[in-house]
Amino acid sequence: MVSLNLILGAIAILCVSGFPALLFSSRSNHGQRLTTFLIAVGSVLGLSGAGLFLASGNAVSIQLRWQLPWGNFSAALDVLSVVFLSLIFIVPLLGSVYGLEYWKQSEHPENGQKLGVFFGLLAGSMALVVVARDSILFIVAWEIMALSAFFAATVEDDNCSVRQAGWVYLIATHIGTLCLFAMFILWSQFTGSFELSPVLTMSSKAAGTLFILALIGFGFKAGIMPLHVWLPGAHANAPSHVSALMSGVMLKMGIYGIVRMTQLIPVTDIWWGSVLLIIGIISGVAGIVFSISQNDIKKMLAYSSIENIGIICIALGLALLGRYQGRSDWVFLGFGGALLHVVNHGLFKSLLFFNAGTVIHVMHTRDINQMGGLAKKMPLTMILFVLGAIAICALPPMNGFMSEWLIYIGLFKTITGDAVQSLPFAALGAVALATIGSLAVAAFVKLAGAVYLGNPRNELINHAEESSPVLLVPMCICAVLCLFIGVYPLPVVNVLGGATNLWARSTEPAMSVLHIAPLQLICIIAAVLLSAIIFFLLVFRLWPGKNDIAKGTWDCGYARPTDKMQYTGSSTGDTLVKLFGFILWPVSQKPEISGAFPRRFSFKSVVNDTILDKIILPFFRFAGHYLPMVRVFQMGQTHTYVLYILIIIIVLLIVGF
Amino acid sequence: MITSIIHVLLLLLMPPLLMGIINKTKAWFGGRVGASFLQPYYDIIKLMRKGMVYSTTTTWIFRIGPIVTLVALLIAGLLVPMGPFSAPVTFTGDLILFAYLFGLSRFFTTAAALDTGSAFEGMGSAREVTFACFSEPALFFVFLVLIKISGAFSLTPMLHGPMEGFSVAIAAPVVLIAIGLFIIMLAESCRIPVDDPNTHLELTMIHEVMVLDHSGPLFGVISYTAAVKLFILSTVLLHILMPFQLQSDWINWLLQIFGVMGIAVLVGVVESVMARLQMQHVPYLLVSALLFCAFGFILLVR
Repeated sequence: MVSLNLILGAIAILCVSGFPALLFSSRSNHGQRLTTFLIAVGSVLGLSGAGLFLASGNAVSIQLRWQLPWGNFSAALDVLSVVFLSLIFIVPLLGSVYGLEYWKQSEHPENGQKLGVFFGLLAGSMALVVVARDSILFIVAWEIMALSAFFAATVEDDNCSVRQAGWVYLIATHIGTLCLFAMFILWSQFTGSFELSPVLTMSSKAAGTLFILALIGFGFKAGIMPLHVWLPGAHANAPSHVSALMSGVMLKMGIYGIVRMTQLIPVTDIWWGSVLLIIGIISGVAGIVFSISQNDIKKMLAYSSIENIGIICIALGLALLGRYQGRSDWVFLGFGGALLHVVNHGLFKSLLFFNAGTVIHVMHTRDINQMGGLAKKMPLTMILFVLGAIAICALPPMNGFMSEWLIYIGLFKTITGDAVQSLPFAALGAVALATIGSLAVAAFVKLAGAVYLGNPRNELINHAEESSPVLLVPMCICAVLCLFIGVYPLPVVNVLGGATNLWARSTEPAMSVLHIAPLQLICIIAAVLLSAIIFFLLVFRLWPGKNDIAKGTWDCGYARPTDKMQYTGSSTGDTLVKLFGFILWPVSQKPEISGAFPRRFSFKSVVNDTILDKIILPFFRFAGHYLPMVRVFQMGQTHTYVLYILIIIIVLLIVGF
Repeated sequence: MITSIIHVLLLLLMPPLLMGIINKTKAWFGGRVGASFLQPYYDIIKLMRKGMVYSTTTTWIFRIGPIVTLVALLIAGLLVPMGPFSAPVTFTGDLILFAYLFGLSRFFTTAAALDTGSAFEGMGSAREVTFACFSEPALFFVFLVLIKISGAFSLTPMLHGPMEGFSVAIAAPVVLIAIGLFIIMLAESCRIPVDDPNTHLELTMIHEVMVLDHSGPLFGVISYTAAVKLFILSTVLLHILMPFQLQSDWINWLLQIFGVMGIAVLVGVVESVMARLQMQHVPYLLVSALLFCAFGFILLVR
């Protein structure tokens, strides 16, 4: 009971954390510090509540008096909630500390306080979503979350592209919410109440409808392809610590929704898992291919979030297939891998967005082709980036490898066993995961090369300095957590075992993941890898070298290379962009060069979001062109709308009786 | 214990010999005497005793790159069994670690190349990461076939699978993945027809162009690592090409050594009779490797 009370208290503090700052002058930093302090208090309370819960291990629930019609304020805590809560209480705190330097109130008097209010509200409402056990409370929290994310992401609303990205987000999130309304209304029809408690039996039609609605409604928030259209723009245009919070945590709320809904209803059909698996493969591969094609540092990271959501969907699909087939090993590896990847992605993506923020802070641009050579000026930032990149490419010894490793073994298991129990097509998920992995290496090598390595392509870099400790510490904490999970995942994996049992509704004692997948051995290998690298570096250091010389890059003897001749981000990705042209549709303006002394020409090549540009925008343009007659009813006067409601009610009364 | 010691010794000492055999084969095809079999050892030792020239553009990534690559590949080498013997390190899921250690080495090799700020080396890294996007999924199809045959999730039983449970049903898939794996091996260790390790025309190269600026001991480490990579991949291939064993342990070790040498001769023959492909045709070759492996998988599970 205490644990839930602590967490509800934390939620309350997080929600109001931004408001006291409004009392301070908009040009002083005191208000912002107070906000950060409050978020810290809330997060510590929440984390201790989560810790208490894990120590005791009993599910707790609470019902408060609430006078709203239909709904109850019913909240509960279980292992599944705690996994997501741990992210919600860590990332906003780090983001808020980061914001102290990145978005100083004294430098942003016009919007700093607004950002503070909605940042706290976003964090608090996400935590409320996770503990809510009543449809109405859930949807209220969900809407607060969606709207505060809109306001937090569009603080720079004097900028046209920010406003546009904001509108796309708002429309997308509300189409999703519409599906959720439908889903919860059907839920109350099928179960007789708005209470979110597990149902033992349900007709396959009803359960299937709920699953599809959940997939679409929550899929918009999670950003699965092709419902991702809002994601790149919103992430790119938000302040970096808001992007970190949105990408690291808010997308996971979509995943949480799908996970929670599939926990509540029985898995009645095999197509659920297959659909999720296929969606995962599409999102994963297309997401990372789009990421390679971008030259905006934050858009690259945003598309790579879609890829990671795809990986999580592949794993969840495997778990659903396992639940249907009664294969508990698939469930454990799939679901455990999915949850671990949720946590891992929350950590390393926050790290990378914070990192991108510091680079943008220095460069005043998001175009990676303008950067280069930052490694010399910002060595610590560079090291943190490399750690984050290794983690996100799922390379050992960082945490990304751990989650993908579990998912891989689960996918491999689908081809063994007898004909009834095996599903060979699911193993194609492993091949997709391998493709995603190698494309991710391409994307992040491109990013590292263009931003940090080589020579500066821009004057500004010569004046760049190492980031301040306020920016570095949150990144360091993320990196340390990533490395910790990568080298010693056992404590985290034990928590996941409980969550998996809860989700799979298995009555058997928790199956030990260690039994299926020897994580302890992986820990040893990771340690050996790290120590061997350090050992060989020492040997190299002490190697009796003969007079080493430092000279310019050889460049095959070319005498006058310039910094513009380096391979840029676009040129690194060029071959892959061409190979995947059928997905990407790159648009380029190529000048015709003729004559012995051609004039100055400029070349331009961009990759826009295919789904937004080729499907959604034409559809809206079409609708805007052909549907204005419907606008007759939309007069912009509230009392007319009330009149419509009255008319409809009267019609319903007549028809109903 | 003795098995592990022999394994480690072979892994550490034998790789440069393969390079010597390839060069000797090519010389023989060209009607020359060629350098000694041991020439690669002499080259590496010579390089280790030299000084280095660093580019002023580079950072720690440039220095750490070859070392991380070497460590990653040596650990990967400990996971692959030789002959009918068990690998020194074997556990459920080690095949994933194997593939991702290759990924780790690729990340650092390409990052170190981009660190020099030269367009040539940028070109090499772009090609390396691009072509890996085809060879990696192909490798996982190979894994899937081996898992299906052996029912195990660890490299040692997987690679011993074709030997222990050989039947007519698995013959066709095994032949298909052997072809696919051979192409992957040529691509990953940068041999003709994907890459030409001898040319100095930078525009046409992948691996050699990435290491243009490395010199002295670091370049020695890189040459050695390339040989280790070839050795590991040919050990994997050997299991599929030669799914049988004999009674005596010593003969099995000799079989392993001569088998790997035979693959080196095969690589040398391919290099002598084929020309390097045009760069834009390399993806087609890799896609065909992917298709061979995928058809092997489909034949097996249909």
